[in-house]
Amino acid sequence: MFMVAASLAAVVALAPLLWVLVVLVMKGAPSLDLDFFTKLPKPLGVEGGGMANAVVGSLMVVGLGSAIALPLGVLGGVYTREYAGVWGARAVRLVSDVLAGVPSIVLGVFVWAVVVVAMRRFSALAGGLALALVMLPTVQRSTDEVLALVPQEVREGALALGIPKWKAVLWVVVPSAAGGILSGALLAVARAAGETAPLLLTALGNRFWNLRPDRPVATLPVMIFNYAISPYEDWHRQAWAAALVLVAGVLLLTLGARWVLRRKYGGS
Amino acid sequence: MGLEAGLRLLRRRKGRGPESVFRAGLSLSGFLPLLILLGIVAVLWRASGPARGAFGLRFFWGRVWDPVHEVFGALPFVYGTIVTSVLAVLFGVPVALGSALFVVEIAPRRVRSLLTPVLDLLAGVPSVVYGLWGMFYLVPFLSSRVEPLLRRAFGFSPLFSCTGAQFNYLAGGVILSVMILPTVASICREVFLAVPTELKEGAMALGATRWDVVRMVTFPVARGGVIGAIFLGLARALGETMAVTMVVGNRPEISACLFAPGYTAAAALANEFTEAAGDVHLASLVYLALALMFVTFLVNLIARLLVWKVTGGEERGLR
Amino acid sequence: MREGENPPLGRAIKVESLSAWFGELQALKGVSLYIEANQVTAIIGPSGCGKSTFVRCLNRMHEEVPGARVEGRVFLDGLDIYDPEVDPMEVRRVIGMVFQRPNPFPNMSIFDNVAAGLRLGGVRNRRVLEEEVEKALRMAGLWDEVKDRLHERGSLLSGGQQQRLCIARALAVKPEVLLLDEPASALDPASTLKIEDLVREMKKDLTVVIVTHNMQQAARVSDYTAFLLDGELVEYAPTKELFTRPKERRTEDYITGRFG
Repeated sequence: MFMVAASLAAVVALAPLLWVLVVLVMKGAPSLDLDFFTKLPKPLGVEGGGMANAVVGSLMVVGLGSAIALPLGVLGGVYTREYAGVWGARAVRLVSDVLAGVPSIVLGVFVWAVVVVAMRRFSALAGGLALALVMLPTVQRSTDEVLALVPQEVREGALALGIPKWKAVLWVVVPSAAGGILSGALLAVARAAGETAPLLLTALGNRFWNLRPDRPVATLPVMIFNYAISPYEDWHRQAWAAALVLVAGVLLLTLGARWVLRRKYGGS
Repeated sequence: MGLEAGLRLLRRRKGRGPESVFRAGLSLSGFLPLLILLGIVAVLWRASGPARGAFGLRFFWGRVWDPVHEVFGALPFVYGTIVTSVLAVLFGVPVALGSALFVVEIAPRRVRSLLTPVLDLLAGVPSVVYGLWGMFYLVPFLSSRVEPLLRRAFGFSPLFSCTGAQFNYLAGGVILSVMILPTVASICREVFLAVPTELKEGAMALGATRWDVVRMVTFPVARGGVIGAIFLGLARALGETMAVTMVVGNRPEISACLFAPGYTAAAALANEFTEAAGDVHLASLVYLALALMFVTFLVNLIARLLVWKVTGGEERGLR
Repeated sequence: MREGENPPLGRAIKVESLSAWFGELQALKGVSLYIEANQVTAIIGPSGCGKSTFVRCLNRMHEEVPGARVEGRVFLDGLDIYDPEVDPMEVRRVIGMVFQRPNPFPNMSIFDNVAAGLRLGGVRNRRVLEEEVEKALRMAGLWDEVKDRLHERGSLLSGGQQQRLCIARALAVKPEVLLLDEPASALDPASTLKIEDLVREMKKDLTVVIVTHNMQQAARVSDYTAFLLDGELVEYAPTKELFTRPKERRTEDYITGRFG
């Protein structure tokens, strides 16, 4: 009886998730064509067109966010594990967990209030900053945890050579954990790439090309949202195509993270 | 080599600069999350000033949200957020618990090692994609298959008796339950795995069935952690935005009926923020964001304390 | 001394009432002894007697443990290494250390492991590095085994080779004293013998202090032996003397295997 109930629960748990994936492929794949990657969106009500600008925009916003959050997150993680001491580390971890728990839409409101209001316009940069806030605590935490796996003996070996601690950390400890750090970073980027809510209030959206960081920019998640709630059949079709591309990207990053980790620890 | 030379050799080098610069730089990035958090609170507090001034705490009791007449009461959002999140926990937790038990107690090792990464991968599907699925598949399914059944069975209760709309609280709750499921299940799995095997084997040796073991050993030992996992799921549901926005109906009304359209705080922020016209409207939305942050903070804190106690702590990352 | 003119020579170490703590726990209780230059001194005693802590105090590694504290003085020739003027990093370049478990840097090749101390100490010249790495690997008796695969990862070597790699790494920075903390306890008998040969060989060039729980090993490789018990120095004498005519009852009990 218990066995049946628990097995049933596992099936019920997987069912909607599989349902989402199946629908995604069935609706997304036929709608995906070259136009999607090469053309701009058509004006309201006109069929056809693509999301080339949103694909590039997503890359741009995620790139900006990563450029800000990854170095800072890794450094913060290194600080937590190598320098903060027992109580300091606990405090830093707690704060970082609290930040990770702030709803992403609230992060969007914050960046809006600081950046968008100051610049008097929505911008790719604001979007990147919002995503950076999403990534930062995750990267910090994963770096911290990966560094914990570096044996204490390695640190002592470096110090015993008379190498100053900062050099030991920078050239011995951190490189020893490079695979794990990279893997954690990729996972954080994957998570941020699908974020929609904070981008609504920061990057906004754009029906045209934009490569300037100080202008509003289209992104895949926001396009999916806008097209999904529109009344047009053809836009729904394109929303599915965009969703498939987005999920494929996220999945690729996630698998990449696993691959990096396997390659790092599987060999030796 | 003489003594003098030796002294010179070991003498502290002038300017231990790099070490302290490195350290200072690191600690700055270490405390960056703290600065950001303080910044968020300060900025939201200031930006919500006009709304706090105009409505105070009564803001959360006000039933009318009317941008045209600049009357802002957040009760519809508070209510909608609570209803959908509670529904999410009610639907999601039993399934999450069951599947975690399945993975830990029943599944053969091979299934376990296959299921875990699959669940993790699926947890990475973006919220907006769930929303898309929700709009075009879940909502029609619920309104054509599930809701008639509920009406027939429980129509006597005001919960299930209104005409309502396709996009409603129930749809919001169900989609949230799907989204919190992987989180809750994976923490429960960790908590169950942390229950010492000797305890379980001891009970088995006394002739207990698997269910007895779960009931008398696993659950009591893991209770705190499971409650923690539930709170983490709740926190996630409270702040989740896109998927709910796309299925909940987005009408700032309050209804006891689960088939009625509603609104959540996060959804209001997503929909109205960029279109808000007046200063008071904007400030009211920021006020809402501040409240949302405060509540998720409390729920997260409770969750973390509970889970820490069970898994023994700081070394375990919880997201 | 101009570089390259004389072979590096070892230095003597004088330890004066050295005490060490981990938090509240006192691991060393006022140990004093004189370690002769260019000799091998063995530190023996049952596990937990403070022998590892003792050598870790000699190059100021003990203080890297959180909550650890040291009192007393340690003179390298005439110079107190606990003088506040002294940089612990410089001490560790002069007094090298090899640990119980081989700990090659996992991210580095064999070559980079040996070159690490020099490189991170500021040596950039490729030719100098190559020369010094070869010299250190030869001294550690590892050159012939690895000369064709210097750019493979150090962590791919066998346990005994890894330990000799660590010895080469320590030797590359040209220390005058080398501390070995149970260097062979994790190794098979054949690798252990190689390490022991190496220890006897090395005393031409530097002073060696070796911690071991293996009395035969101490008898085989050392010129002097110190016996520690519960953080106290019980007896310190030339190795032959200590093993044949111990003065202290507790030493006799220990070397005849009556406890520990």
